[in-house]
Order: sequence, then C-alpha cells, then structure tokens
Amino acid sequence: MIMSLANPTRFLSLVSAVVPWLTALVVILLGTGLYLAFFVSPPDYQQGETVRIMYVHVPAAWLAMGCYLVIAIAALGTLIWRHPLADVAAKAAAPIGATFTFVALVTGSLWGKPMWGTYWVWDARLTSMLVLFLLYLGLIALWQAIEEPGRAGRAAAILALVGAINIPIIKFSVNWWNTLHQPASVLRVDGPSIDPALLTPLFVMGAAFAALFMLLHLLAMRTEILRRRVRALQQTQVEHAVLVGA
Amino acid sequence: MQMPSHIALAAHDIACQRGGRTLFQGLSFTLEPGEALLISGPNGTGKTSLLRQIAGLLPLAAGRLTATGAEAGTPVSELCHYVGHLSAIKTSFSVGENLAFWTDFLDADESALPEALAAFGLTPLADLPAGLLSAGQRRKLALSRLFAAPCPIWLLDEPSVSLDTASVKLLDAAIRDHLKTGGIALVSTHVKLKTKFAQELTLGQERAA
Amino acid sequence: MSPALALLVRDVKLAWREGGAIGVALGFYLVVVAIMPFGLGPDLNLLAHIAPGMLWVALLLAALLSADRIFHNDYEDGTLDVLATGPQSLPMVAAIKSLAHWLTTGIPLALMAPVLGLLLNLPLDAMPLLVLTMLAGTPAVSFVAAIGASLTLGLRRSGLLLALLVLPLYVPVLIFGVSTASMAIVGPGSPWPPFLMLCAISLASIVLAPLAAAAALRTAMR
Repeated sequence: MIMSLANPTRFLSLVSAVVPWLTALVVILLGTGLYLAFFVSPPDYQQGETVRIMYVHVPAAWLAMGCYLVIAIAALGTLIWRHPLADVAAKAAAPIGATFTFVALVTGSLWGKPMWGTYWVWDARLTSMLVLFLLYLGLIALWQAIEEPGRAGRAAAILALVGAINIPIIKFSVNWWNTLHQPASVLRVDGPSIDPALLTPLFVMGAAFAALFMLLHLLAMRTEILRRRVRALQQTQVEHAVLVGA
Repeated sequence: MQMPSHIALAAHDIACQRGGRTLFQGLSFTLEPGEALLISGPNGTGKTSLLRQIAGLLPLAAGRLTATGAEAGTPVSELCHYVGHLSAIKTSFSVGENLAFWTDFLDADESALPEALAAFGLTPLADLPAGLLSAGQRRKLALSRLFAAPCPIWLLDEPSVSLDTASVKLLDAAIRDHLKTGGIALVSTHVKLKTKFAQELTLGQERAA
Repeated sequence: MSPALALLVRDVKLAWREGGAIGVALGFYLVVVAIMPFGLGPDLNLLAHIAPGMLWVALLLAALLSADRIFHNDYEDGTLDVLATGPQSLPMVAAIKSLAHWLTTGIPLALMAPVLGLLLNLPLDAMPLLVLTMLAGTPAVSFVAAIGASLTLGLRRSGLLLALLVLPLYVPVLIFGVSTASMAIVGPGSPWPPFLMLCAISLASIVLAPLAAAAALRTAMR
C-alpha cells in the first residue's frame, strides 16, 4: 500500500509547490495576452473587430488537440509502462480537453456568423473539431460507465489510442469531403503568413492557454488522486468490518 | 483413453491483486504429474482468482507460473481446462452440438465426442436443446467439456455445485482417472471428495490471524 | 473442422437461431428508411439526391443495434473464458467473431439496401455500385463495432454507450461510402478514388481492430 502511494505522494507535494507559481504565470500571461488582443492589436481590414475572436478560438483549438495528445501518451503509459499516474493524468485531462474543444466550437461559430452569415458552416476544421468533441464525450462516458478504476483506466486507454489512430483519418476524410475551407494559415511549413502584429498576441494567448491547461490539469490530477485515496480507505474499512464479523 | 501426460505445474511466489487490494502473495507450489491440489478458504480470499490466474484470465501481480514437460513456448493457459461458475452452454444448441463445438474449437479428435457425452451420462439427451436442461444437468454438460478435448491441467471451481450424490461420485471418479493418466487437477470445493489430494492450500489464513 | 472455422460456423448458427437477430436488424433498417420521407416530404428528386446518405446512415444504426451481440452472450454465459484459454489467440477470436457479425449483419443489410433504395427513388443504374460500396465498407463497420462491443462489455446501458463511442469513428467510412455512390449518380469525378479509400479503411480495420478488441476483452474478463 505504502509502496503504491509513494509515487503519488511525491507528486502531490510537487503539485503544492508548483501551483502558486503556475497560477501567477497564468494570470500574467492571460492578462498580457488579453490586453494585446483587445487593445493593442489592430482590427483586420476585412473582418474588422471580430478578428479578435481568433485570439481565443485558435489557442483553444490548439489546446483541444494538444490535450488529446496528452491523453494518448498517457494511454501508452497505462497500457505499456503501467505507470500509476498515467491513468490519473488521462482521466484528469479528458474533461479539460472537452472544454477547450467546446470553447473552440462556440468561438468558431461566433466568428462564423459575421464571416459566413450563419452560426454553423460544415467547414472542414469546425467539423473535425466537432468529431473531436464527440470522441472526448465518448471517453468521458466510458470512464463514468465503468466502476472499477483499473478496468476503466485500461478501457479508456484503449479507446484513446483507437481514437488517436483515427483522428488523422477523420481529419483527412473531412478535408477531402469539404475542400471549401481556408488553408491552415498559422502553422505552416513555410512560416506564418499573417501579420506579426496579429501573431504576437496570438502566441501570447497560446502560451497563456497552455499554462492554464497545465494548472487545471495538475489540480484535476490532485483531486483524482485524493478521490482514489478516499475510495481505498473506504475499502479497508469494509474489509475490517468483514474480519470483525460486522 | 487419454494419452499419459508428463506435465508438471509450478507456481513461484505468485500474488493476486483485485481492485487495488492484495488477495494473496508469495504463493508457491509444485504439482508433479498425477497430483491434485485442494484449494480451500473463506469467501473472497482468492480461490477463483487463483484458478483464473492459472487459466490466463487474470494477470499475475507478481511471480510466475511454469509448466515443465510441455512443448517449449506453450503458454500454461493452453494446457488448462477451466470449469468455473458459469456453464459456457449455448441454450439454443443441442447438448451434442455444445460438446461438438468444444471438440472442434479445442482442436481435439472428433472420436472424443461419444466418450465425452457418456462421461456424465448425457448420451440419451444428446439431441435435446441445452436450454431444457436442469441446473444439475447443465453443470454435468459443462463438466463433460473436460472430456471433449484432452488437457493435462484441470482447473475446477466448485465443480460439485448443484450435482446430486451420484453425479458427485462420477466427478470424483473422473478426477481420479485423470490423475492416473498423469494429469493435474486444482480443485476448489467445500464437498468431501474421495480423490486423494497430494497437497492442500488454504487461502486467507494470514488475513484471519 | 479447424478451431477457427468451428467458431465462425457456431457464431453464424447462433445468429440464425437466437431470436432472429438478423431479422430484427433488417426490420430496423426498413423502419428507419421508411419514416424518413415523413420528415423530409415526398419530393422524389430530393429523396433521390439524399438516398445514398440516408441508406448509409440507417445501415450504420442498424449494424450498431446488433453489435453488442458480438461478445455479450459469450461473456454472460462464461463461453468467453473458455475461448480465451483455447488454442486460438484472443485477437484471432475477436477477428472471427467480427467476421461472423459481418456475415450475419453487414452482408444482409448491404443486400437489402437497393430494395430500400427503390422507396427513395434511387436510380436503378446506381444500385450495383451502392451494394458494392456497402459490401466493401461494412467490414470496417463490423470490426470497429467489435472494439466498442468489447469496451462496453457487461456495462449498464452498453448499447447506447457503444453507439456514442463508435459512431464518430465511422465518419470516414460514411464519407467515402456515400461519396462513391453519389459520385456515380451525380458526379463530379470518378467514383473509384473514394471507393479505394473505403477498401483501404476496411482492410486496416480488419487488421487493427481485433488487436484493440482483444485488449479490451482481457480488461473486461479480469
């Protein structure tokens, strides 16, 4: 018992040490990013003020995908290396990833209204985001449906890997299905093609979202570890009661 | 009758964890050909889990299992017949079809089939749907699987449940015949059997102490 | 009879005997397609235009309806334990059972599609290609459904959860399956590139899905 808790215990003290600093970093980055996005960066000559939605939409979309990557790596950790924290990391990341995906969908749809004249267009990137959101929902539902944490962790890890293999295929097929989308204009092999005046706030916001993700993830992992400890304590109580003959 | 078997089974320091708690650990035993192990202990001490571990259905939390005398590279689970609480019977198949499937799937000779049907006296019922069988008859059909294909290691989890006295005697005799041909049997039971168990294993002792 | 063939024959026989599982899936397929015109209106041009998509979506739903049958009964009655200790590896067992699901669900549904296509004013000359795409795409449907079936084994509301887990994974199958059929009817372009993509997805599913399903089965049997 002590052996299996040793690692999480060290992790918990690490979390307590890091959280204040990380909180400060999130506040500074988010403050700077929002200030740059709303007051410094110029309005777009075509899209006007609505371009500022991009500073929330694009980093949220990055994090939505990055978070799935974290889950997929954690899934390998659960299935191959059997690391005790991998399953906790994956379980804690899923709702955060789903939230970022949801934010990306909502802001994308708000951005779409002035651009396309309607709240939803079956644009390739928005559609892929929607499918990603469905994958997140499936993962969360699977975790909630299986009571025994060991089985839940392994089953979710298998599903996460199946999803990770599928995401590129889904992305490809959706792109193929709808070729009427803007080319990905920020992350390109030949370098960013949009104005640096827009780019700096975008990257600051990206860093702020990444830091926010780390903060939320650590806190969620801490909650999950504590929840499992409570469960383990309850179990020993039951065992004790059985032995006493209650 | 079955070919004599020369397979010995050994467990080295195996442990079992279920739902985050350790059921047993440091468990070792060796069974030579023709030996049987009686597993006893109160509920929830891991009797079923131990049998499922040997059948390869549950991972070992620690330690290892070895079978000497088998072809190199054969997993222990492939040498085992596991008869657990569930009967593995298809109710829409006839009794004969149920056994014939196991003969085919376990890659045994089809000539084993009449003998398997006769082992627990199911020959007259061969063409009836298995769904019509009583609880005791279902148990007998599940046990007949032991004869549908030869396997050197028998893992029997409470095999006598819902059997009448006569059938328990048949089961008892079947285990003894199996041991005579060099087979190994691991039996968890609360019923007194005439079979001579070379070893006994009582789980859950250190817990109660 | 070899062990693999014995398992396949047994699963097909069971599907045939146990409660008309094939008939229920076909009936469900008919009902879903039959009620759609009530929602869309009886405009034959509109129906012909969307027929391939409707037939594919309804096929996915009908196939999923019977997907939890792939492992559920064998899990409940203990057969899966014995299958796992047998001479066949667990991925092979999962593959054979997925194949049996395709034979007993995928093929009948694909063969029924042109009949339902008549209700939707699908052009007659498009029907051979529609059946061909469905025969090529339904292996992916059955094999991926087996992953969902093994993940949700023994859970409450497993059927609903299965649909939630698996339907998003069918997006590529749906896109390429429908594109092949509609390109053959209205164009533009050749129907063969999406058809070949569909075949590739099916082949990849046949190879990879049993590995995932077997891993999930191990997890469920513990």
